[in-house]
Amino acid sequence: MPVSNANWKPKIVAFCCNWCSYAGADLAGSGRMQYPADVKIIRVPCSCRVNPLFILRAFERGADGVIICGCHPGDCHYTSGNYFARRRMTLLFSMLDYLGIERDRTRVEWVSAAEGAKFAKTMNEFVETIYTLGENRKLRDIRCRK
Amino acid sequence: MMKKIKARALSLLSDGTVKRVLGWETGETAWDWSPALFETEKEMDSFVYGVYAGANLSKYCLKMGKMDGKTLVILKPCDTLSFRQLLHEHRLERDAFYIIGAGCTGMQDENSLLMKCAACKSKNFAVYDEIIDTEEAKQPTGTKNRMEDVEKLEQMTAEERFAFWQGELSRCIRCNACRNVCPACSCIKCVFDNPSSGVQSKAPVTDFEENMFHIIRAYHVAGRCTDCGECSRVCPQHIPLHLLNRKFIKDMNELYGEYQAGRSDDERTPLTSYTMEDAEPGIVHERGRG
Repeated sequence: MPVSNANWKPKIVAFCCNWCSYAGADLAGSGRMQYPADVKIIRVPCSCRVNPLFILRAFERGADGVIICGCHPGDCHYTSGNYFARRRMTLLFSMLDYLGIERDRTRVEWVSAAEGAKFAKTMNEFVETIYTLGENRKLRDIRCRK
Repeated sequence: MMKKIKARALSLLSDGTVKRVLGWETGETAWDWSPALFETEKEMDSFVYGVYAGANLSKYCLKMGKMDGKTLVILKPCDTLSFRQLLHEHRLERDAFYIIGAGCTGMQDENSLLMKCAACKSKNFAVYDEIIDTEEAKQPTGTKNRMEDVEKLEQMTAEERFAFWQGELSRCIRCNACRNVCPACSCIKCVFDNPSSGVQSKAPVTDFEENMFHIIRAYHVAGRCTDCGECSRVCPQHIPLHLLNRKFIKDMNELYGEYQAGRSDDERTPLTSYTMEDAEPGIVHERGRG
């Protein structure tokens, strides 16, 4: 077993859609709601912009968890983007599970622009899950290990 | 059957209906017949068809379609699904081909029935100009449940599955044969050739890179994969790649309704359509806990 690092902090990538979840994150910020700084937000035009490769790549480069946030189904700025994203992510997560990767490292959550509190709550929960799972050892690039 | 097909191909070639014939010739080993192109009657001497003609010729049609004149292509029942899927994607022109549907009694390699034939999908031709068949070839060759191995894996624990796939995928030498042979994998510019994709055509340098390659490879053909099993057949390292594709097919069938790529001309694939009531991605977590 590799030596566990006591100072380990998870790296969490959150893909947020520009129209709902990113604004939701903004609202959480302006409402001074606390959520862990381990979450790094990447803004995407729509949740369906998230290519499965982005998620794998994030893991390869050392992410410990990846969460995708988009508009609630039915509320997509582009009408149907999140419906496609929903199918894609379901299949990808199922495949990662099939390859034996912890299924709790990936998550999809629908957060609207008005749901700052939900955003903060979701992130708090997700970060906690990742703390319990510990470091991502199965999916990362060994070259990035320090 | 081989004699009949050969005679028919020769007559079509000599009367000028077709300019070339896409078929098989004997390869390096007795059980390894290679796809081959015949342009004259003399070349047709080496034409073969039989139990070792496992290769799916649909992919080769992509290049033939750009040539002058008609091409005669010989397709087995399951190959016609791949052909039709390519037609559906506008990658092929129907008029550029004369298709002989060849009856199949199950294809073999040196040891046994091919994996795809052990779980024979159908003996119906999805697309053809004429059929050369025998009564024997109309019977299904294998009755194995094609999802059997996928189910077996699903019942393992996550650690066992991880160990299984690490063992399998770490053998990958990134020869890209699985990509090149796949009839659904027909992009002219491939993501794996993009140097900034992180998975470009080269030997993997990290333990995760080949996982990523194989997940993405299977993902890119999800919904368009007809489950022809060519990826596993050509793998020089004998990695059971079809298990990845079948997992996607199984999930799509379970979640979005039964679907077989290539079965119709106007149906949308599961990943290019949606319904309002689709399952949330959280279903993966719930299923696992059940």
